[in-house]
Amino acid sequence: MLTAPNTTETTIVLNVNGAEHPVAVEPRVTLLDALRDRLGLTGTKKGCDHGQCGACTVMVNGRRIDSCLTLAMMHEGDRIVTIEGIAAEGALHPVQAAFIKHDGFQCGYCTPGQIVSAVALLAEGVAAERGAVQKAMSGNLCRCGCYPHIVDAILEVRGER
Amino acid sequence: MKPFAYVRAENPPAALSAIGHEPGARYVAGGTNLLDLMKLEVESPPLLVDINPLALRTIETRGDSLHIGALARLTDVAGDAQVRRYFPLVAIALEESASPQLRNMATIGGNLMQRTRCAYFRDVATPCNKRSPGSGCGALDGENRRQAVLGTSPHCIAVSPSDLAVALAALDALVQITGPNGDREVALHDFYRLPGDTPQIETALEPQELIAAISLPLLPFASRSTYVKVRDRAQYDFALASAAVAVDLRGTTIREARIALGGVATIPWRCAQAERVLAGAPANRESFERAAEAAMSGAGGRGPNDFKIPLGRRTLVRALENAVAL
Repeated sequence: MLTAPNTTETTIVLNVNGAEHPVAVEPRVTLLDALRDRLGLTGTKKGCDHGQCGACTVMVNGRRIDSCLTLAMMHEGDRIVTIEGIAAEGALHPVQAAFIKHDGFQCGYCTPGQIVSAVALLAEGVAAERGAVQKAMSGNLCRCGCYPHIVDAILEVRGER
Repeated sequence: MKPFAYVRAENPPAALSAIGHEPGARYVAGGTNLLDLMKLEVESPPLLVDINPLALRTIETRGDSLHIGALARLTDVAGDAQVRRYFPLVAIALEESASPQLRNMATIGGNLMQRTRCAYFRDVATPCNKRSPGSGCGALDGENRRQAVLGTSPHCIAVSPSDLAVALAALDALVQITGPNGDREVALHDFYRLPGDTPQIETALEPQELIAAISLPLLPFASRSTYVKVRDRAQYDFALASAAVAVDLRGTTIREARIALGGVATIPWRCAQAERVLAGAPANRESFERAAEAAMSGAGGRGPNDFKIPLGRRTLVRALENAVAL
């Protein structure tokens, strides 16, 4: 059944990194803005805010998406994982460790999106070839141009060179 | 973004009832195109009806057709075993669309409804007959490198953006529609409207109507099919030119072919004339070039986009060569 149309703030519950968070949002609040501005999870970055750069990549129900092009209200009941939730407290995810080892970043702004995207990619499965990884990471832009090192890091975690 | 109301619909009758509440209300599913345009204030619906809960995600064979629910995500369709087996050109067109993140979000129905990427359409400070009828066309004598050379009018040359729709055009897909006046079926060929003097009307979909599914009639020779996309970047870009082809090859002779072009026209561009050229022709470069000549006949550029005429021809020749070599 329908809830009444409403342009004003409503409290919804978002499941982020395994915890339930009540959050008051009006309909036009994107998932990205809800995470950053309402829940203080500022690891997820706002780059273009138009689905072109991938800095805002998060996982929803195990799939990577651009959180800037979806509304927070559309995600009640979904499992949302952000960069803050990919590793256990105090530890690094293997992809994070590989990015450090291979120097897979310069300014770092795109890095959370790159890493979340890479974690999702490894779960999706990808051939152990540079070209396949490049294609599968094409939704994450890096204006510093760290692509070769990013691909190195992902291939190492993928387990075959 | 301008403020709007939001409701979530649990089933098609609820969606149809909700959309009727407010003139200008829009359905939202993946949101990848609509929210982008709402941020630009190219679109400012007063109400969004979220149709994600609707049970329209099934991909299955029904009789002599493959049924694809409108809410199936591009990722799901591209990875579906039946799609890959019976309609490889559809899987390729989807895999070459957008980015992995966007393919996880965007739906099949929404993909068919996505709006042009013409820069004048997307910038509310400029004239655009599609966005603001009667305001003029900035692209005609402006930055039109990416715009159409086929199916244009003196009012609009905006290029059609979807890769999927090009593959579907080659396959005689049917669009299943549900609406306040019941269900109906429209051939993809009749779904898209040439701009003419009403470029704001892009499809046969009436206000409040909803795409429920796409139906693909099984075509035995579509197993020999492909999609070639040419763009400025290697990945994650819209087509400058693309070609969807399926070829019924008997020895070295083409018995029948299906051809549609993208990136060069205002709508997904089915090439019946080129198909006639190939019917019964030897499968060689000379035939492909004659077909490409026919496919692009009537094309007209506006300066910066002139290159699309030879590029469209070459893209089709390449696609036919690739299909025959499969």
